[in-house]
Amino acid sequence: MSWKKLLIPASALPIIALLGYGLTRDPNKIESPLPGRAAFDFVSETLEGDTLGLADLNGKVVVLNFWASWCVACIEEHRYFIEAERYYADQDFQLLGVVYQDTPENARQWMRRRGGNWPSLIDPNARIAIDYGVYGVPETYFIDREGRIAFKQIGPVSRTLLKQLVDSLLVLPAGVELTGADAIPSGRSAGHVRGGVEDAAARVGSQP
Amino acid sequence: MRKLSFAGLALLGLVFLGMPTLAFASPPSAQEAGAVQEEELDPALEAQVRVLAAKLRCPTCRALSVLDSPSGMAQEMRGLIREQLRSGKTAAEVEAYFVERYGEWILLQPKAEGFNWTVWLLPVILLLGGLAFVFLTARRWVRQGQSAGAVIVEGGQERES
Repeated sequence: MSWKKLLIPASALPIIALLGYGLTRDPNKIESPLPGRAAFDFVSETLEGDTLGLADLNGKVVVLNFWASWCVACIEEHRYFIEAERYYADQDFQLLGVVYQDTPENARQWMRRRGGNWPSLIDPNARIAIDYGVYGVPETYFIDREGRIAFKQIGPVSRTLLKQLVDSLLVLPAGVELTGADAIPSGRSAGHVRGGVEDAAARVGSQP
Repeated sequence: MRKLSFAGLALLGLVFLGMPTLAFASPPSAQEAGAVQEEELDPALEAQVRVLAAKLRCPTCRALSVLDSPSGMAQEMRGLIREQLRSGKTAAEVEAYFVERYGEWILLQPKAEGFNWTVWLLPVILLLGGLAFVFLTARRWVRQGQSAGAVIVEGGQERES
């Protein structure tokens, strides 16, 4: 076979390789530039009418969760947040919700129906969401005691991810399971999580 | 049957086009209020907003620009662009603000640097390669045709003599 006949398949190879590489990547897994950076400060009104800012939670591990009452995927992770709220009640830990593209009344009703005592902020004009580079809901940011973003989860958090990350940030010994009245097997949420637990733990571990 | 299938295709197309909007819908009242607000603004500023919004990817729709997307999030982003420009920020500063939060993913047109050069150069290389292939193949066919014609002519002359 002459080199001319080989030229066409040879020139197509890099393109096929490039397409093949593209097919192995999850288009929903978008690298965020925020982990490792200082969390952007904000002040807003909570659903209960109080004023709360990120600076008020200085020194605590903050789990900042963007959610909406119309978000189906938010229902499942909400159970884990309820468990975490109980489990870390005596720790420097704070759950903080931000209502994304929703009415305060719908959000209030949702919280009343599903439970949870942590504050949720109203986000007029989605300024907090844009500041945090939110693509959609649910999205959760794990902020360490120094106010740095340790990890960003796109999609719902699993119980395992939540516990591993919060424990790492609080520097708690691993091995104790999160428990709650409505506990569900942790494997159930694995299929919905974009970005694995190992990945998450590695990122937390790589923080300065 | 043909009409029915055409109507079905049109309906499917509408559903697909509407999907991103439905998936990340915001309350309609907020969108309508925003639309009215956008119309009442300074035309020069609006032109700048449109230029910048056309460069940015809508985070919820992904395939659409912030300018073209009807989603609530894109509307809020247009509002933020307008707010920042009005406060005296330059277009480059506003663009940098979004890149800082979303990464370069937010830019519909990737910057011509590093691996991104592939996106810019590959189409040109493919186009030039395609043109060269067509030119060389066409030239070979013409030559083959000419030589075949010469044989026929020669054959004809032989028969005449």
